[in-house]
Amino acid sequence: MNFNATLIGQSITFIFFVWFCMKFVWPPIMNALETRKKQIADGLAAADRGKHELELAAKKAGDNLRDAKAQAAEVIAQAEKRAAQIVEEAKQAAKQEGERQLAAAQASIDQEANRARESLREQVAALAVAGAEKILRREVNAQTHADLLAQLKAEL
Amino acid sequence: MASEYASSGEYIKHHLQNLTYGQLPAGYERHDHHGNVEVLQQATWTVAHNAEEAKAMGFWAINLDSMAFSIGLGLLFLFFFRLAAKRATAGIPAGLQNFVEWIVEFIDGAVKGSFSHRNPLVAPLALTVFLWVFLMNFMDLLPVDWLPYVASMAGVPFLKVVPSTDPNVTFGLSLSVFFLVLYYSVKMKGPGGFFAELAFQPFPKFLFPVNLLLEGVGLIAKPISLALRLFGNMYAGEMIFILIALMFGGNFVLGLFGGALQWAWAVFHILIITLQAFIFMTLTIVYLDMAHSEHH
Repeated sequence: MNFNATLIGQSITFIFFVWFCMKFVWPPIMNALETRKKQIADGLAAADRGKHELELAAKKAGDNLRDAKAQAAEVIAQAEKRAAQIVEEAKQAAKQEGERQLAAAQASIDQEANRARESLREQVAALAVAGAEKILRREVNAQTHADLLAQLKAEL
Repeated sequence: MASEYASSGEYIKHHLQNLTYGQLPAGYERHDHHGNVEVLQQATWTVAHNAEEAKAMGFWAINLDSMAFSIGLGLLFLFFFRLAAKRATAGIPAGLQNFVEWIVEFIDGAVKGSFSHRNPLVAPLALTVFLWVFLMNFMDLLPVDWLPYVASMAGVPFLKVVPSTDPNVTFGLSLSVFFLVLYYSVKMKGPGGFFAELAFQPFPKFLFPVNLLLEGVGLIAKPISLALRLFGNMYAGEMIFILIALMFGGNFVLGLFGGALQWAWAVFHILIITLQAFIFMTLTIVYLDMAHSEHH
């Protein structure tokens, strides 16, 4: 065990190795590690953001769905109301029309009855006159008693 | 393999000898295996053939095996990490990138846990320290005779394959860290602040020689303990591997027992080598953190 210039050679070698390591080995590896660390952190942050956005979107979708349901319910209610109204109107119209037609039929029946009664009266009057004529033919002069006959006709 | 050596002592000595290249002074007497003596006419650059020659080469010699293995392992680490760094994507990591990211994040966590200031140097420094020391320690798990045996086939007389059992290597690391500590202490606190930290605590100012002595010892102890802890652990571990390997030279039963022991010690050593690398790294971070902090 004796000291010699190996000591110096070793120191020089050591310094060279450290310099090389510091210049060409450590920085690239540390860079890669740092970059990866950053990428992973970014990725995690992005994932968090995505999750948050997903939550927001889900919330929004829920809101929209609820609105749509409410709207649909409103539309349906309105439509039902309107339908009921239309039915009611139709009922009213039908009723009125029925009443109108009933009235018209009644009027027409009354008219017919009147006409029939009129013609019946005339026929009865004519029969009465004819009967009276037959009775009076012999005693009554048609010309002299015409006014009397007309009066009788009117009374019948 | 131990049987190839004259004695167990020689086997151990052989395994603890670095492949040292340096200059032997003129007039140095070289003894070879056969007892022949060669007197060098002039100073000669050569590979030491034994521990005495390595010592005679003085400071300006270099342990070729330590340098080769440490540089090779360091390059191995840098090659794979650079490869991963080049291909690093922020997308889905696979294979090598996964592994590298796992280690980088582990180191980053350790640095963030112990270092409370901003300094782009510390984390790469910790990564380099941890992996390089780990890989150097890892060589300890290779059976002690494999690489030296292959080397001796190729005519290389010594080969110590675990660089962290060479104090030159561990001190090279710890002294570099120590200079960084000094640099950042002065840079962050100013020369005056650093001196005040050494001289004006823990006792009142008028006792500054005592403070200086205490804090100075504390300061110097940092690199020494850092280097010796790693060296001591790895050297001791290696020594035990060598002692176990001695059993393979005995009879069959002893060899089998040695094999079981080696396996058990290697399993235990997986913990040791990782732990030592981790301790070295953590203390490096802590020392640098102390250098950045106003009070400790």
